Amino acid sequence: MRIWITTLLLSAMLPLVAVAADKARKDDRNAQAFAVMQASFVAKGQAGMDRLVQDKTQAACSLYAPGMPPDALAATLLEDNRNRVKYPADGNYLGDWKRGQAVAEEGRGKQSSDDPAEPSGGNCYACHQLDPQQIAYGTIGPSLYRYGKLRGNSEPVLKLAWGMLNDMKGYILCSAMPRFGGKDILTEQQLKDVMALLFDPDSPVNQ
Amino acid sequence: MRRRIQQMRKRLLLGGVIATALGASMLGAQSTSTEDALADYRAMFGDDNPAALWIARGEDLWKEARGSRKVSLADTCDLGLGDGVIKGAYAHLPRYFADTAKVQDLESRLLTCMVKGQGMDEAPIVKNRFGDGDRKSDLEALSAYIIDASRGVAMDLPMTHAQERLAYESGKAIFFYRTGTHDFSCATCHSQSGKRIRLQELPNLSVAGADARDTYTVWPAYRVSQGEVRTMEWRIGDCFRQQRVPELVFGSQAAIDLTMFLAKNAEGGKMAAPGLKR
Amino acid sequence: MADPMRIRATLTGDTVEVKVLMSHPMETGLRKDADGKLVPAHYIDTVKASYNGKDVMTAEWGPAVSKNPFLAFRFKGGSKGEKVTVTWHDTAGDTRTDEAAIQ
Repeated sequence: MRIWITTLLLSAMLPLVAVAADKARKDDRNAQAFAVMQASFVAKGQAGMDRLVQDKTQAACSLYAPGMPPDALAATLLEDNRNRVKYPADGNYLGDWKRGQAVAEEGRGKQSSDDPAEPSGGNCYACHQLDPQQIAYGTIGPSLYRYGKLRGNSEPVLKLAWGMLNDMKGYILCSAMPRFGGKDILTEQQLKDVMALLFDPDSPVNQ
Repeated sequence: MRRRIQQMRKRLLLGGVIATALGASMLGAQSTSTEDALADYRAMFGDDNPAALWIARGEDLWKEARGSRKVSLADTCDLGLGDGVIKGAYAHLPRYFADTAKVQDLESRLLTCMVKGQGMDEAPIVKNRFGDGDRKSDLEALSAYIIDASRGVAMDLPMTHAQERLAYESGKAIFFYRTGTHDFSCATCHSQSGKRIRLQELPNLSVAGADARDTYTVWPAYRVSQGEVRTMEWRIGDCFRQQRVPELVFGSQAAIDLTMFLAKNAEGGKMAAPGLKR
Repeated sequence: MADPMRIRATLTGDTVEVKVLMSHPMETGLRKDADGKLVPAHYIDTVKASYNGKDVMTAEWGPAVSKNPFLAFRFKGGSKGEKVTVTWHDTAGDTRTDEAAIQ
C-alpha cells in the first residue's frame, strides 16, 4: 500500500518536473538568442543595441512561439498593454484621412537606414488591404476595406479601434502588429489621421 | 543580306524586350503577385542568368594565386570536402571546421581561407563584402562560383558535431526572438505559408518543408532590382534591418547560426543557385 | 576595365542563336547615390555583332536598358566552329569586344 502511494505521488509530480524543465529550456532559448545576438550586431544609425533587449511581452511571445504563453501570464500581459493605451486628450479620435493614407503607405521609419528626423510611417498596406485602389497590399493581417462602413463610428467602436492601433498587444497578445502608440512609432496626430482613413465616410476605405 | 538584317532587327526587338522585361511585366501583371511577374521574367531568360558574370569572375579569383602567400584558394581552401573541392561543398554548409574550432557558413569560411590561407588583408574584403556596380565584391563572386558547383546537389547536413546542433538551436532561438520598436522576429513574416507583404509572397521558413527548401536553394541570387548577386548573409542582414534591429556583423555567430537553422530546414532540397530574384 | 561578356552561339538548323550577357552598370543619370548626389549617366549606346567580318546585328541603346544587359538575337548563314564577335561602346567612350565559336 505504501509503495503504491509513493508511486502515485511520484507519477503526479512527473508532469510538474517536466513543465519546469521545459520552462528552463525555453528560458534558455531567449537567453541564448540574446547572448549570441549581442555579440553579433553593432549599433547603426538610430538602431542602438538597446533594441535587442526584450520587454515582457516580447519575451513571452518569443519563449512559447510558435505556441502561445500560458493563460495566466497572457492575461497579465494583455492587461498591462491595454492599461498603457493613451486616449486623445481632446476626446477627438479622427484626423484627416488624406494624411492617414500617406501614413498607411509609408514604409520607412525606425530602421537603421532611416533618417530619424523624418516621421515614421505606419506601413499599413504591408499587411492589410485598405483603399481598394491600392492593389499592392499584404495579407498578414485581415482586410480593413470598409472598416468604418461596416462598424459605424459610435464611441465604443472608435475607442476599441484606437486601442488596437495604439497597442494591439493589449487585445491580441502575440499579434504580428506593432504597438504604434505604445512604442512611439506614430505620433498622436498620425494615429488620428489613420483612424480617419478607417472611419471617415469620405475615405476611399469606406466607398 | 538586307532582308536578313531586317529580320534580325525584328528579332532584336525581342532581345530589347528581354532586357527591360521586368518593368513591363510588373506593370502588366497588376492583379497578380510579384512572384508571377518574376516567373514570366525567368521564362524569358531560360537557362541564362546574369549571375554568370559573377560565376566567371569567381572562378578566376578561386584559381588565381593571391595574397602575401601567393597561393590560390583552389590549392589551399577546404570548404569541408578537402582542399580545393567545390563540387557539392555548399550543400553541406554550414559545418564544423576543426582548424578554426567553429561552425562556419560559406562566407565566413571563405574569409578564413583568404585571410589565414592566402594571407590577404581582412578589412578591405569585409568592407567590400557587398558590391555596388563598378565596386565589385570578391566574396559575392566567389560565393556565386562555389554555389554554382552544387547545382542539383541535395542539401544534406548530418549535424554530427555537437557544435553544429548548438548552432541550429541558437539559430532557431534567434528566428523566434521578438524585439525592437516593432516587436518583430523572423517568424513575424516567415511562419505561415501563402501570405504576402505588399505583393511579395512570404515563404514559411520556421519549419522544414517545401517553402524552406524552395527558398534556401535559390540563394545566393541575382537581384534584378539591384543588378547584383547577393549572398545569404546579405539577405539575412537586410531582414534584420527591416526588423528594426542594429546591423548584423558579417560572418558573426548570429549570421552563421541562423543560416544553419535555415539550411537544415531546407534538407533534401536540390541546390538551384545562383537564382534570379526580384 | 570592363569584365568580359558571356557569349553563347548555337546553330540549330540554318539559324544561329546568339545570347550575350554584358557586365555594365547602365547608369541612367537619374539615380541618386547614398549621399543624395546624382550618379552620372553611363550606359552602352551601341552594340555590334559580326560574323566573318560582316555586321549581322547593330543596336542603338539608351538608358532604359537594364543593368548587366542580356541580349538574344538570331541570324542565318553561320556554320559551326566559326566565330561570332560582339562589341559594345558606352557613353564614357569605353569599349569591349569578345567572341565565341558557334556550337
